[in-house]
Amino acid sequence: MSAPQAPAPVLTAHRAGLVGCRSCGRVWPESETTCRRCGGALVPPDRRCLNAVWAWLAAGFVFYIPANLFPMLKTSTFGGLRGNSESTILGGVVELMHYGNYGVAAIVFLASIVVPIGKFIAISWLALVAGRPATVRAAHKRLHLYEVVEFIGRWSMIDVFIVAILSALVQLGFVASIHPGPAAVSFALSVAFTMLSAQSFDPRLIWRGLPLRSRKDHE
Amino acid sequence: MQTEGEYDLSTGAGLIACPRCDALHVERELEPGETARCVRCNTVLASPRAGAFTRIIALSLASLVLMVGAVFFPFLEISRMGFGNETSLFGVALAFSHGALMPLTVAVLGMIVGLPVLRAVLLVYTLLPLSRNRAPYAHAVPAFRLSEALRPWSMAEIFVIGTAIALVKVAGLANISLGPAFWAFCGLILVNAASNAFTSATTIWDAIEDAGMATDGREIVPETRA
Repeated sequence: MSAPQAPAPVLTAHRAGLVGCRSCGRVWPESETTCRRCGGALVPPDRRCLNAVWAWLAAGFVFYIPANLFPMLKTSTFGGLRGNSESTILGGVVELMHYGNYGVAAIVFLASIVVPIGKFIAISWLALVAGRPATVRAAHKRLHLYEVVEFIGRWSMIDVFIVAILSALVQLGFVASIHPGPAAVSFALSVAFTMLSAQSFDPRLIWRGLPLRSRKDHE
Repeated sequence: MQTEGEYDLSTGAGLIACPRCDALHVERELEPGETARCVRCNTVLASPRAGAFTRIIALSLASLVLMVGAVFFPFLEISRMGFGNETSLFGVALAFSHGALMPLTVAVLGMIVGLPVLRAVLLVYTLLPLSRNRAPYAHAVPAFRLSEALRPWSMAEIFVIGTAIALVKVAGLANISLGPAFWAFCGLILVNAASNAFTSATTIWDAIEDAGMATDGREIVPETRA
């Protein structure tokens, strides 16, 4: 599809006094509030969405703290004779490394520590710089970062699934048994809230205030 | 009704806006196999594929069949020193059924079983009449919108990778055998991935509209049918 006057300047719906539907792409006058094709809500790309982004992000962060302090897994081996152990997220990673499972340790470390913290930083940064003038190159970088956060956010839930599978599977009575700890719930909530935070962010804000030129003019 | 290539900057008719960067484009009916990308941020705007609807329906039905297998067949089995345990998919979700963890059972079941099933049903409901060139069923519009909204929360593929990691974790501790449900779940992931590759939301919205639903007076009807 071609821009209205391709390859000349890019006109945005907002500049033209219109509002675009984010779920189906149809364009409406700014006075409309619901898309008449798909029924989606029409929201102009302004900083109002950032309130929701910050609120969900704060909720996600609040739940991420107990997720790290409380045990994720409670293991007992040989009826408690070989000891009952409770491991937090970080403790579990250390334990895995201790047993030489470096690959699994790396995956768990990535999914439950690096990705969530990276996500908090990335969303905060995007929300802080949103709406500020950027160069076209910077805008592309930000959009790319947003897409990465949006894609990778769901994958943190993998830790909750691992806990569920281990607890369901390793029920060997006297020999060994694994039970989930309270951190599983707060970790799941933290992941869900940060997903909602990323979904509330309107990527069109990244492009607000850009000079109305297409990418090709700049490169 | 809108003629192809005409647009009106005061009402927005005949235009589409990029969902990621808000750039305006003139709407055009694409040939199957073509892909429309935003001129500014390169986001895919539409990518109709020949026979996509029939394929999505077939893949959705396949995923429902596989899901039945995944739920009712044994999932994993473990044994060590004469002690054994086997679990089904429900068993995995019920791992959280003690005390304060209870709500997580519902959430896990929803993310790995409920939402994938619901999305498959909604897609079949939306696309079945469209694939036969008939008018869509009632409420096809909210049905498809719901299916798109649930997409990020349907986490079957994440669950399978999680299973693989959990298995590596306990591999040294005990003997594990994989049940038919595990393989059904793996198949489900492939089927869902194929289905997603064929799904282009804009194309489906266009098709719902061309078939006579939720008409806002702005649809571009292909010339063969106009």
